[in-house]
Amino acid sequence: MDTLFALADGFAVALTWQNLLLALIGCFLGTIIGALPGLGPSNGVAILIPLAFSLGLGATPALILLTSVYYGAMYGGRISSILLNIPGDEPAVMTTLDGYPMAKNGQAGEALALSGIASFVGSFVATIGLAFLAPQLVKLALLFGPAEYFALYVLAFATLGGIASANQGKAAFAAALGLGIAMVGVDGQTGVPRFSFGNVHLYDGINFLVAIVGLFALSEVFIFLEHRNEETDGNPDSKVKIGRMLPSWAMLKGCFGAISRSTVIGFLAGVLPGAGASLGSFMAYGLEKKISDKDKTFGKGDPRGVAAPEAGNNAAAGGALVPMLALGVPGSGTTAVLLAMLMALNITPGPLLFTKNPDVVWGLIAALIIANVMLLALNIPMVGIFVRILMIPTKYLMPAVAMISFVGIYGISGSTFDLMVMILFGVLGWVLRKLDVPLVPVIMGVLLGNAMEVNLRRAMTISNGDWSTLVASPLSISIWTLAVAGFVLPIIAGKYLRRAKPTVPEVAETEAD
Amino acid sequence: MSDRVLGVVGVLLAGFYIWQATLIETSFITDPVGAKTFPIIVGIVLAIASVAIFFLPDSDPHWPAVSRLFEIGLSVAVMIAYTYALPEAGFVIATIFASAFLAWRLGATPLESIIAGFCISVGIYAIFHLILGLSLAKGPFGF
Repeated sequence: MDTLFALADGFAVALTWQNLLLALIGCFLGTIIGALPGLGPSNGVAILIPLAFSLGLGATPALILLTSVYYGAMYGGRISSILLNIPGDEPAVMTTLDGYPMAKNGQAGEALALSGIASFVGSFVATIGLAFLAPQLVKLALLFGPAEYFALYVLAFATLGGIASANQGKAAFAAALGLGIAMVGVDGQTGVPRFSFGNVHLYDGINFLVAIVGLFALSEVFIFLEHRNEETDGNPDSKVKIGRMLPSWAMLKGCFGAISRSTVIGFLAGVLPGAGASLGSFMAYGLEKKISDKDKTFGKGDPRGVAAPEAGNNAAAGGALVPMLALGVPGSGTTAVLLAMLMALNITPGPLLFTKNPDVVWGLIAALIIANVMLLALNIPMVGIFVRILMIPTKYLMPAVAMISFVGIYGISGSTFDLMVMILFGVLGWVLRKLDVPLVPVIMGVLLGNAMEVNLRRAMTISNGDWSTLVASPLSISIWTLAVAGFVLPIIAGKYLRRAKPTVPEVAETEAD
Repeated sequence: MSDRVLGVVGVLLAGFYIWQATLIETSFITDPVGAKTFPIIVGIVLAIASVAIFFLPDSDPHWPAVSRLFEIGLSVAVMIAYTYALPEAGFVIATIFASAFLAWRLGATPLESIIAGFCISVGIYAIFHLILGLSLAKGPFGF
């Protein structure tokens, strides 16, 4: 019952004209960002954070705007998957498998509408799940001391490595790199400068927004510079007919099972620290194929193959907010970016957020529900507009993305030094992506590094320098066990995931033709 | 091969990082762990991960041709020049040149890129400065 009352208060916060307008703008922008190839939820939100920040929006409005963008991008990713066979973002990869064949069969409109409905169900249920599960997790989190928090951060990095990357060494490398970058600047507890090489600009440390925009947005520009002329500019070669805009009742009914199963799986995958939406859609599609693919119709335009990954990735997007809000540990790349935004607004997520700023939490959750309804309303009738926006060639889009990144970072500090650091991170991001080193652990390291160190030092101060305090409580022992298992198990048992993942696009091509 | 290079660079970086961490001056107020320990732990993790990458490398990524690498380098140089030009030339003029260059390198014809540069620059100026009131770099002409 408490949850329902809190949620009602949340609606009171969210239902102001300004917030509703922001949610609408966010949904619209987010759908565009998700649909455009090369812009996904993480780099889209990353570009907008400094802008929301320098526009001087309050904490709740800014959070509503950006989470609407986040949810919108999750919806938008499917549009280019279905129409062009180019996933708009990573979680939408699985949607190409059946979405594009459906479009080729002249069912593009039905596929878009069906995936819109599946996305709605997935994220709606996940948002309700978030409203009920997060407070429970908060109760548990209130038992956490500094030692448990330190273990929890280790767990986040360990599972992130295990699931997000094919190579555990590279995931650990990325995490250490991020943590190392976070150490730059004056140490908050003793006041001594660290790794600043006498440079005054480095005394404040490296602004995580600068690092994020460089790593996510600018590196994308370099990727496109590298691959110029190699792929079509996002223009559909043959005009795909949209067809009827609403799926038949029989089709919806046939997909009901797929949507409900995928929602549950997606939500659980999202709640796991470090897993995120890509895993949600991957697992949802895989399971649905095992259960329903009796006539071997998957990959040839089966509606269930469109509904399952879309419900899965949107449910995972909602699920990923649970650990982010309740523990301050993000569950995916984009939630790491949202965490960055909260920190930029001086809000520390975690159990205290629920007691100290309940208006922020519940306003946000209410806004998510509103955004969801808006997105469904936007996406079914207005899909034609988004399809037209897809036609913007990347040769005009990417320069605009680069310039908006510069504007955003310049808007925060107006300093040339920050812009130079951003370019440096852009190049670093490009090199790391070429070498298949995941970027998300780097970002999480930069974001969580200081909190992780503070908790370690607090625990040690309490225990007077006795290192065994880190494993002194049953709670911390179980978190450590999970962390070790999360890191080691994929090396042994994860070969299935590792092999199956890279073959996905090839399967898409052979089966579509 | 690329991963072996990454491993070696990682070990060197970790060594440099740990060395720098030991040089951190400690102040008179300090806690049991101090300002050095955590960075040293991070450096050790970095070193171990780099060694693992060195001995268990993935297959090589597809690196672009030298001419394309040069182009990316040139784009980086243009971006650096852009950051220095911002306070001198103002947002609109600097952005026209920078975005026109990027559009050109992304495959637009020279004329198309100039038009694109102009539209992107003026568009961003109109939306972010005139409508949303964000402060952008001011040049000699006030924009």
